[in-house]
Amino acid sequence: MVIPTAPAPERRELAIEVRALKKGFRIPTQRVDTLKERATSLFTPREYRRLEALRGVDFDVRRGEFFGIVGRNGSGKSTLLKLLASIYRADSGRIRIAGRIAPCIELGVGFNPELAAYENVVLNGVMMGLTPNQARARFDAVIDFAELGDYTDLKLKNYSSGMLVRLGFSLMTQVDADVLLIDEVLAVGDAAFQQKCFDIFATVHAEGRTIILVTHDMAAVEAHCDRAILLEGGYVDKGGDPAAVARRYLDLNFPDDRRGVEPEDVHDPAHGEQVRIADVRLRDESGVGSNSFAQGDGIEIEVDLEADARLESPLLSIQLVNADGLLIFAPKPLAIRDGRTLEAGDRLQVRARLANPLAAGHYFLHCGVGTGRNEYRPVSFRKNAADFVVFGTRPFAGLVALEFEAETIESADQGSTGS
Amino acid sequence: MTELPNRLELEDIRGPSAVGGGARRFFDLLRLTSVTEFKLSYHGTVLGFLWSFARPLMLFAILLLVFTQVFRLGSEVDNYAPLLLLNILLFQFFAQATEQAASSVVRSESVVRKMQFPRLVIPLSVVATNVLQLGFSLIVVFTFLLIYGVEPVWTWVLFPGAVLVLVTLTTAVAMLLSVIFVRIRDIGIIWAVATTGLFYACPILYPIEFAPEGFRDAIMLNPLTPLFLQIREWVIDPNAPGAIEATSGNPVLLLISVLIGATICIAAPLVFNRGAPRVAEEL
Repeated sequence: MVIPTAPAPERRELAIEVRALKKGFRIPTQRVDTLKERATSLFTPREYRRLEALRGVDFDVRRGEFFGIVGRNGSGKSTLLKLLASIYRADSGRIRIAGRIAPCIELGVGFNPELAAYENVVLNGVMMGLTPNQARARFDAVIDFAELGDYTDLKLKNYSSGMLVRLGFSLMTQVDADVLLIDEVLAVGDAAFQQKCFDIFATVHAEGRTIILVTHDMAAVEAHCDRAILLEGGYVDKGGDPAAVARRYLDLNFPDDRRGVEPEDVHDPAHGEQVRIADVRLRDESGVGSNSFAQGDGIEIEVDLEADARLESPLLSIQLVNADGLLIFAPKPLAIRDGRTLEAGDRLQVRARLANPLAAGHYFLHCGVGTGRNEYRPVSFRKNAADFVVFGTRPFAGLVALEFEAETIESADQGSTGS
Repeated sequence: MTELPNRLELEDIRGPSAVGGGARRFFDLLRLTSVTEFKLSYHGTVLGFLWSFARPLMLFAILLLVFTQVFRLGSEVDNYAPLLLLNILLFQFFAQATEQAASSVVRSESVVRKMQFPRLVIPLSVVATNVLQLGFSLIVVFTFLLIYGVEPVWTWVLFPGAVLVLVTLTTAVAMLLSVIFVRIRDIGIIWAVATTGLFYACPILYPIEFAPEGFRDAIMLNPLTPLFLQIREWVIDPNAPGAIEATSGNPVLLLISVLIGATICIAAPLVFNRGAPRVAEEL
């Protein structure tokens, strides 16, 4: 038998088609607190405010895709999820889904704490679309995967929260859905469990099932998703390449407004304002001004200087500090204009390039101008002169990603240790 | 996991509904949830399942004591004790099922808001749990009837039909209340009072012939009344007035009460079906 190779994702059939999807909610504006208000309000019509959560959303998901839906709080993300999961009904527009969808909006939502694992697995399995017989047959597999073999006789109320999460997740992997809809379930559980979750997603994905992941975690989106959309204000703001979507998400989240951290100038009284740091800007490798950078993408720093008085042996110092205020890196102060004296009225720009092995996070640059041949004497200093966000593309723990390689070497005397 | 089918057709997703997801799944869920609820209802008690029998007996003992020893009503009516027992249990079924169903959708908030779940299963499972309960109680009742010396007659075969009508009416009221409760929580309190009213406006404690003339007309309007009259005639006392005789030449009253019942039964699925899709966002 010839097994046909899977077609490229963009040529595969659609798993989900969403067209002009709209959904609004009525929110009562008038609060009735006292009995009198309540009695009188019986005769006046209640006033409602309409909240348009989705204002016309279109997107397609192809079969077998790992698809990310990201967006800030209030962007309509949860509403979209609940529409896909048949929890809300759309006001207008159309959703079409191929095959069975298993929504995992919260793990173990239907669990009854008074019942043991078996009854819960069967009941929840049926809620998620299995037949009772299938659910019963899957029980052992669910328990094995959740590593709860010793606890099957316990009632769920005696389970730890970690055990509940494991049971819920394990059940989710067993419900045979064609489309899995996953909402932030990964926010719970420890690192090892999260890794296990993503391993399972990889397996499920490899089987050709479609996965929709709704998340805030841009590193997860970039690492796992084939495509993604960004929701903003009830519309699809950006769709396609996960890296581009993640970048746009960070731009929205950290707009170019210094995020409330104002630069702070400190001047050495002896020198007054001899040389001022007028502006500090950041650019990416292609020269586009930016305040968010993917891990590994270099950062260009431009510092504009204005000299109001003469300064001999001018030096520029740069400090890179993370959000906790920890000094990550400070190069040796570099000689401005190769150390030649600055004259009053000089305007000049210093460009520096910074490699970016940084962990995901928010960073600040402090810049200083100083003078001296053998030692650095500060003239002026601008704290928080610039800041930027690094978003993760490679998972690692720690402050920076160091160059790292590993290999395995087979021992020559393999198996002979017993003799 | 099982093999993936080669090709899947896109199907419209119309959002949540009363019975969505196929009949098979609907009945599986209904069965599982009601059996689970039934098991849990005596959960943690010493007698456990035996309470299904013990509870109606205890209730009955109290009522019998009050109405035969204190009010002396019972001694003037044939087979008052078995009649009282049967009536009380049937009405209790109606009252309990509807009251529990009223808040059921709201109580299952987490499931309603986070899962694809046919909404109708929720109030129906409450009714089904109470039907199970009623079934066990009826075993007690009929055992008692035979011990007490009530003659089994052929009309006993009509009794299940009457119970079926009662269950249908109960289900309809349960559906109505549960979906109205989501928007207007006051209905829970109103209904608790209303059931007490219905209890007295129905020949349960007293036989219909004891009710004063004018009051009897009002009682006849209660859609439960014809049922209880008919059950008495069929099961306890073939000489007791049935629904038609009790109207004493005024069948319009009977017709109205049947119409009220029928209207409730027809309106309930329509109202529930209309409300079901928006339940999750109104919670």
